[in-house]
Amino acid sequence: MSVQVKQGHVRATPSFLGKVISTLAYGDRVETLEEKDGWIRIVPPGGKAPGWMHSSALSEKRIVLKAGTKEAEVGASSGELALAGKGFNAEVEAAFKAKNKDIDFTWIDRMQDMIVPPDKIHAFVQEGKLISAEGGDR
Amino acid sequence: MTRVRWTAAAAVLLLSILGGMGCATLEDAAKRGSSLGVFDGVVSQEQATSITKVVKAVAKTFEEITPEQEHYIGRSVGAVLVNKYNPYPNGLANDYLNLLGQTLAQASNRPEIFGGYHFLILDSPEINAFAAPGGLIFVSRGMLGCCKSEGAVAAVLAHEIAHVQLRHGLQAIDKSRMTEALTTLGAEGAKNYGGQMLADLTKVFEGSINDVTATLVNNGYSRSFEREADAAAVTILTRVGYDPAGLVAMLTEMEKNLKPGGLDFAKTHPSPRSRIDDIERQYAGGKGFTEVPARQARFRKGLENI
Repeated sequence: MSVQVKQGHVRATPSFLGKVISTLAYGDRVETLEEKDGWIRIVPPGGKAPGWMHSSALSEKRIVLKAGTKEAEVGASSGELALAGKGFNAEVEAAFKAKNKDIDFTWIDRMQDMIVPPDKIHAFVQEGKLISAEGGDR
Repeated sequence: MTRVRWTAAAAVLLLSILGGMGCATLEDAAKRGSSLGVFDGVVSQEQATSITKVVKAVAKTFEEITPEQEHYIGRSVGAVLVNKYNPYPNGLANDYLNLLGQTLAQASNRPEIFGGYHFLILDSPEINAFAAPGGLIFVSRGMLGCCKSEGAVAAVLAHEIAHVQLRHGLQAIDKSRMTEALTTLGAEGAKNYGGQMLADLTKVFEGSINDVTATLVNNGYSRSFEREADAAAVTILTRVGYDPAGLVAMLTEMEKNLKPGGLDFAKTHPSPRSRIDDIERQYAGGKGFTEVPARQARFRKGLENI
């Protein structure tokens, strides 16, 4: 399977509070080992340790980052492949902005920088006496 | 150039084939339509195959929107919303909202999304909250005013996360619009969009943004989408350890504050009372709701000046 999000998290256990052991990039291809309640145990590329990824991070389709290779064209017509950057993309957004100059994207860019790291989520859960950080599969 | 011209021809043919058809029959229709065309010598066999291919794509439009494309749709929808309602640039409050919201999103059935989940307060007294596709979520000051505890804010955010998880926003996009987009996309081998193709795609994009924002701001989702979102919210809250009674507490408070005829949740959502009835049918929790002191303390600190 391929990673279909900008940054996919690989965790030590199949839980949203599982320790993040590595992150994978858009288009990275992984080998799958087993599935459990929406989590998939995978082997990352490049000899990194196996771990669990949530199925929402992965696609059955092979994601090819650059259009134009022979493989991309064959794959696109067989429906087994998704071309990254196809369709609505940064280029289309730029054209949309050019047509709608009154719409300001400053706060959208700021929002996207508001990222809460996993350790802060753990601390928040613990401080609020929410579910145990060591908890099971959710 | 030939290819571009061919795409335009395919689009015209495709649209004539599609006229008034339901999605389930599209593929069959294309096969019938194109074989008829071949028989009449209107199109070549190769072209007919290609039309079938494009229609196959149309039949699964909704699934064909990749998380990356959803991300770009959501950014523009979000920009329109921020421009209409204005941001509330309080760092402490927005940090708290992101801490709570990103924790909840991780417990949803869709924790991994192209650009991640992000939350922003809107400087509006209206009682409103919006989830743009791709995980950008907006909550008005008026809505936060209906929240008397962290559990209540968690309920509002969980409901919005559920709309993203269930891809409700994308389903507000007019189907014929997506058909148009996929026709453009159906031009295999288009490495970079040429001027005309980019213009066409931008037009479809713009229309899609309008469809989604009109649904979020004016028309609202169907009753069944709202019910699905409340049910998924209860699941998310439970997984993280919040009492789903927080959702009922929030709706009870909202019922007191909503003004009939208002242009906010009064217009776009089922009445709080009917939502409470639905939730209580699904979830037989206690009626009372009290917040854990540690949560109440950080809720006050984060949002007391709103």
